[in-house]
Order: sequence, then C-alpha cells, then structure tokens
Amino acid sequence: MSMTAIVRTDDSKPLLGFWIYIMTDCVLFASLFATYAVLYQNTNGGPDGYQLFNLKSVLAETLVLLTSSFTCGLAMLAAHRGDRRQTILWFVITFLLGVTFLTLEATEFRHFVQMGDSWRRSGFLSAFFTLVGTHGLHITVGLSWMLIMLFEVIHKGLGRITIRRLTMLSMFWHFLDIIWIFIFTIVYLRGAIAP
Amino acid sequence: MSEHRRAIVGHHDSSTRGTLASYVTGYIFSIYLTITAWLLVRNHLLQKTPLLILIILLALAQFMVQIFFFLHLGRERKPRWRLIVFFGMVAIVLILVIGSLWIMTTLRYRMTIPQMENYMNQQQGL
Repeated sequence: MSMTAIVRTDDSKPLLGFWIYIMTDCVLFASLFATYAVLYQNTNGGPDGYQLFNLKSVLAETLVLLTSSFTCGLAMLAAHRGDRRQTILWFVITFLLGVTFLTLEATEFRHFVQMGDSWRRSGFLSAFFTLVGTHGLHITVGLSWMLIMLFEVIHKGLGRITIRRLTMLSMFWHFLDIIWIFIFTIVYLRGAIAP
Repeated sequence: MSEHRRAIVGHHDSSTRGTLASYVTGYIFSIYLTITAWLLVRNHLLQKTPLLILIILLALAQFMVQIFFFLHLGRERKPRWRLIVFFGMVAIVLILVIGSLWIMTTLRYRMTIPQMENYMNQQQGL
C-alpha cells in the first residue's frame, strides 16, 4: 500500500521544477537579446546584417527546427500511448532534423568566419555570435540528451521515470524553438530590412 | 504488481499533455506565421517602421501559438503554478530588455560627441 502511495505521487512537481528552469533560461536569452539590440548598429566599418544574412538559408533553418518541434510532440503522444516503436521513430526524426539545423548554422558561422567576419570584427558580430551561438549550444545539449534518451527507451522501455524525462526533454526542445522565433525575427528578418 | 502500477500511471495528471489536434494546429499556424513574416521582409511590402512592427507582432503571435499548442500553458489544473512563474518571467524579461534599451539609448544621447562639445562650449568659463 505504501508502494502505491509512492507511485501515486504524480510528476507535476519535477515538471514544475523543470518549467522554472526553462523560465530562468528565458531570462538568460533576454539579456543576450538586450545586448544584441544595444550593439547591432555598432558595425565598426564592417558588414551589417543586411549585407551578411542569407534569408533563404535562414528560412530553411527555421522550418527545419519548427518541424522538429512538431515531430517531438508526435513522439510524446506515442510515448504516452506506450508505443515504443513510434516513440523511437519520431525521436530519431526529431534528432536528424536537429542535426540538420545545427549543420546549417555551423555552415553559416564558418562562412562568416572565413570571410573575416568573426566575433572579433565588431560589436554587432560579437553580440550576434553570442546570442545565436548560445542557442546553438542549447541545441547541441538537447541533441546529446535526446541520444541518451533514445538509448534509455530502447533498453528500458517506457516506464514512468523515462516518460517523465522524455516530457522534460520535449519541453526543452519546444522552448528552443520558441527562442528561435525571436532570433529569426529580431536578428535575421530585422537585419534583412533595407536600412 | 506491474499491472497495478500501470493502472495508476494511466490516470496521472494529463492536463499538461498535448493531443494530435493541438500539435497539428500549432504546427500549421507556426508555418503560416513564419512564411508570412519572411515574405513580407523579402518583398519589402511595407515601409521600414510598419514592417518592423508587423513582423514583431507576428513573432509574438507565434510565441503565443507555441506556448499554448506545444507547451500547453494554461491547460493545467489549479493552482496554476506554471502560469504564475510564466508571468514572473515575462515581467523580468520586459524590465530587462526595455530597461537596458532605455538606459543605453539615453546614454548615447548624453554621451555623443556633439552634445559634449555643445556642453563644453556653453561652459567656457570652466
């Protein structure tokens, strides 16, 4: 009976704790956005966003990340149904989309650095690389976590603790997509409007 | 034991879970808002300031869509701790962003060279 009592305690508390962590991470990104907004005109004679950004590749990145957020939701639906194969399938798709996003971003960064427009070029580029790079770092952490969870689901199946961890991972992944909306709008679209 | 456990797991809190309909709706709305904003900017369909305001409004709309349809905020049972923490976050973010911009733009206004030169010219006795 005492076992039942332990099992009965639902997951709302750990999930609330994780939600609070996500909210504090939003504050971290807000400070980076504020820094960017203050510095984006300080190009020090270097290129500005209008000269630098490639809108087509940015749209591709955005749609890939958005789709991965959607497939992550589908994976969670499968997990709650207890459908192990579908859960694995959708998380693998989410993972591959995440890797695609990261590859596109790394290609963009490498291109900028090769043209001499690295974070050392100007205040604008320092703020740009810090903001977008921090998001990319979060994506990398999310992808590593997803890989670990895939092994856990394959080896242990969909127990209560595993589902709780998957729920946290999916919250983290949706949160990263939400941060990207603002990077897409404030950094890329704002930068692509002719001065 | 395991069957018993499964039965209890079956009816734990489902108020913060999604449904297929919520994910599909959120996805379609998000794609629509993303592509609209992108096309507006690519074709430069408006003057600079209205265009900027419009794309920020589209971003906020997409933010609400994803918070609601992907993160299911507002669908939890009372007491709605997530919603309360969310509003706390929004307040801190607004203070941080608006405050920083306010400080830095007025700093620029006061510290730019012409203003300083004017000030020094007016105070020649110093």
